[in-house]
Amino acid sequence: MSDLQRPAADWELQFVIAGCAERRVPIEIIGSGSKRAIGRPVDGTVTVTTTSLRGISLYEPNELVMSARAGTTLSHIEAELAARGQMLPFEPIDLGPATGGPQGAQTIGAVFATNMSGARRILHGAARDHLLGVRGVNGRAEMFQAGGRVMKNVTGYDVARGLSGSWGTLAVLTEVTFKVIPWPETAATIVFLGLPDNLALELLSVAMALPVEVSGAVHLQASVAERLNHPGLRSLNKSITALRLENFSSAVSGRKHRLKEALKVYGKALELDHRETLEFWGELRRLSVMPNRPTLLWRISTKPTTAPKLVAAIKRYMPAEAFYDWGGSLIWLEVPATADAGTAEIRRVTAIHGGHAMLIRAEPSVRASVEVFQPLSPPLERLTRGLKAAFDPAGILNPGRMYANL
Amino acid sequence: MTLSRMPEPDQAVLDRSSAIIKDLEALIGVDGVISEEEGRRAFEADALTAYRQAPMVVVLPRSTEDVSKVLKYCHRNGLKVVPRGAGTSLCGGALPMADSIVIGMSRMNRVLDADFVNRTITVESGITNLAITDAVSAEGFFYAPDPSSQLACTVGGNLAMNSGGAHCLKYGVTTNNVLGVKMVLIDGEIVDVGGAYPDAEGYDFLALIVGSEGQFGIVTEATLRILPRAESARPVMLGFSSCEAAGQCVAAIIGSGIIPVAIEYMDRPAIAVCEAYAKAGYPLDVEALLIVEVEGYEEETTRLLRDIVDIARSFDPKVVEASTSPEHSARIWKGRKAAFGAMGRISDYYCMDGTIPLGRLPEVLSRIAQICAEHRLKVANVFHAGDGNLHPLILYNANDADEARRAELAGAEILRLCVSVGGCLTGEHGVGIEKRDLMDVQYTPSDLAVQMRIKSVFDPNWQLNPGKVFPLSALEASRASAAADQAA
Ligand SMILES: Cc1cc2nc3c(=O)[nH]c(=O)nc-3n(C[C@H](O)[C@H](O)[C@H](O)COP(=O)(O)OP(=O)(O)OC[C@H]3O[C@@H](n4cnc5c(N)ncnc54)[C@H](O)[C@@H]3O)c2cc1C
Ligand SMILES: Cc1cc2nc3c(=O)[nH]c(=O)nc-3n(C[C@H](O)[C@H](O)[C@H](O)COP(=O)(O)OP(=O)(O)OC[C@H]3O[C@@H](n4cnc5c(N)ncnc54)[C@H](O)[C@@H]3O)c2cc1C
Repeated sequence: MSDLQRPAADWELQFVIAGCAERRVPIEIIGSGSKRAIGRPVDGTVTVTTTSLRGISLYEPNELVMSARAGTTLSHIEAELAARGQMLPFEPIDLGPATGGPQGAQTIGAVFATNMSGARRILHGAARDHLLGVRGVNGRAEMFQAGGRVMKNVTGYDVARGLSGSWGTLAVLTEVTFKVIPWPETAATIVFLGLPDNLALELLSVAMALPVEVSGAVHLQASVAERLNHPGLRSLNKSITALRLENFSSAVSGRKHRLKEALKVYGKALELDHRETLEFWGELRRLSVMPNRPTLLWRISTKPTTAPKLVAAIKRYMPAEAFYDWGGSLIWLEVPATADAGTAEIRRVTAIHGGHAMLIRAEPSVRASVEVFQPLSPPLERLTRGLKAAFDPAGILNPGRMYANL
Repeated sequence: MTLSRMPEPDQAVLDRSSAIIKDLEALIGVDGVISEEEGRRAFEADALTAYRQAPMVVVLPRSTEDVSKVLKYCHRNGLKVVPRGAGTSLCGGALPMADSIVIGMSRMNRVLDADFVNRTITVESGITNLAITDAVSAEGFFYAPDPSSQLACTVGGNLAMNSGGAHCLKYGVTTNNVLGVKMVLIDGEIVDVGGAYPDAEGYDFLALIVGSEGQFGIVTEATLRILPRAESARPVMLGFSSCEAAGQCVAAIIGSGIIPVAIEYMDRPAIAVCEAYAKAGYPLDVEALLIVEVEGYEEETTRLLRDIVDIARSFDPKVVEASTSPEHSARIWKGRKAAFGAMGRISDYYCMDGTIPLGRLPEVLSRIAQICAEHRLKVANVFHAGDGNLHPLILYNANDADEARRAELAGAEILRLCVSVGGCLTGEHGVGIEKRDLMDVQYTPSDLAVQMRIKSVFDPNWQLNPGKVFPLSALEASRASAAADQAA
């Protein structure tokens, strides 16, 4: 076990990083560690956790803005928001259960550091879209801030957003400021059964092109749907294609009606009421349909029209089960474990169809030996190395977490 | 005005100008190069007209390859490059230097692909903002960011400035609506960042490129999100006898759980000027006017407007006028959309763009009035109230040097005020040359160093749009520390 540091203030963190930078000691950065099994394993001599940097430092419900110390748990933040009838627009997904980590443990800093978004992203945008400002310490042990707390800000480069999705390799975030939105008055889901992938994805695209503001658009293959906890949906032995609407009550019922009219050629739709809607999308948010097993889990981004073709093409090489989110532009794909994680085939197929893929779940030895993140084009790789050197010239922050030798 | 100092032109470059022009003509053809004085003069300023400087030469590429060839040449020869869209920047972002090459993107204005099933459009960066929506509206779609300059400004300029518009309260600004770009780096290399699928592969370079004010590279193509247009959109006008009441009403609407598409604010002087120009039917006896727009299906907008009016009632509005027809809506918007133009007809003005936390609105508005009075100047306010993005227009006479100077001082004081209440210098217009020397009001030296190092990653010799965004003093400090880095 490496030396564990729990700085409780920015200057303490700065002190730890300064010491490590001077001696070129690698640091593993974690929040609660719920995503430690994702990405490439980091061999840190020192581990820094942000969990002692906690608390909500600013919350203005009338301005839809909150600031929190990076180590504040998401569950705490969501409880505080819910008490004022508000929520995080991007519904961050919890990969803990699917990767053998704890459930509900993630910290808000890590949510932005990994740009974790869930189903509602198709309506309101990703985590990065709601990030307004950050404070942090980079690998040079400089304390800095970027962005701010106001909704519109183009003063200098958008460094805060630029740090989202950098997985702790550029800076340790100590505080994040983000936009929140009100809870909708109600929510409903309509479900179509038994559609093959290509028809289901066509349906999702038709729905997304209507001005009804679908806030969730997913398709679960039959073998995936049977893992749902929802007793009614689990036992049907059919694929499930679901659309969520969230709004005030009369708008939800009016829009539901319009949606069903527009989609009637795809069959008769079932409906989930408000309570069932919360349960169903809650399950998807925990990725409960992709439970932790000794199989591999991939996350592939592509265009909705390409998604079913891409999955079919991968199936020519290996068995694969798919859960499509974001109207089909995101595929969670489960494939059998192999020494190279199916990397060669999956990356080739993704390159042909367009998109990018990340290996989410695999044994540490596999994650250490294959490319977990999408390999970069040569110019992007050059920029990536440049950016890393700008923030962390000694290469001490989470070395190797995203790419070997970086 | 006491203008911000630009970097000294390089005499050696000016001496070589005719050879450089010949080389450029050989690279992309004679008809792609503007070198005669009169032609260059057309590029001497953007919409911040207090600053003027014709460039050494203007290049008008027709393709990404043209841009790549020109940049490679500039890189090899150590030349300064200023990217330019339509030149509507309000902060001097497109201002040339005497020894610079302006790359004007106006000829690259095609729609390359409109994909209605996947809801994306790919365009060349010289296309105007409005032309994007025009290209997709027949299919029921639109492109959300809508700067008031949308008839003229280009998507390349929008990306460089991360531009916003009235409808950004609901749909976000440019950065929230772009999926990918094709960009040419200073050494001529062409890089694709993002694409028609969500989330970055690796670091979010797209986030850094959007808002980089033409300093990271030249964007030649962009893939943008298009959205299905709501069945109807309807505004309501709410007039109040105090700006406090209007400000509280904005907070109450947002706090109630309704997110309108737009909440625009005008104060008494602005109302008078807009009404005189546009005959929009604005009330002339109120201190503040809000235009609140909602959208959705017919029955929904009716209900939302009713809710908004109910909220407004507790702030004792003097005027409540909900739109009853599309013509009525157009009339209500007409005055607001023409605001800058209308103001320009009666006076020169200096347009500020600070953003503040909404809760501080009444206090900040009264301080702005006070600051302008102290400088013996008039001010009108027209702005995006929903997100706290202020546009105080300081009225002055450009031919009166003293008045111009006072306008500039008042402007700087207003921006300091915005920062001191937790806001920022600029919400959508950018830093450019105009706010460059105020950057250290908002940022510490290490905050600025973090930003400047990112610039060096993309453009190590600072050839792209130099002299903008950062105070020249910070720049010199960063050069010294970069040299120290190298030595270490
Ligand atoms: C009347 C009026 C109303 C306005 N209303 C709004 C508004 O509502 N909201 C708002 O946000 N702004 C507004 N603006 C400001 C301005 O229109 C925007 O900043 C716009 O995005 C600039 O676009 P442009 O094509 O004119 O760019 P330019 O002015 O030509 O250039 C702006 C910047 O972009 C860079 N640039 C241009 N093209 C490229 C490219 N292809 N690659 C890299 N860099 C590039 C330039 O170097 C420069 O730094 C308004 C301006 C006016 C005059
Ligand atoms: C704050 C906000 C509120 C909105 N509210 C509404 C609403 O109420 N109603 C409505 O109809 N629409 C709304 N939208 C519309 C919105 O533009 C899109 O519908 C929504 O973002 C689509 O999500 P998506 O998953 O399709 O993501 P995309 O549109 O694909 O992308 C979302 C974000 O991810 C970023 N992104 C995508 N690809 C990459 C990449 N390769 N690299 C880096 N970044 C990338 C984009 O920059 C964008 O900011 C809202 C958008 C935002 C940002």
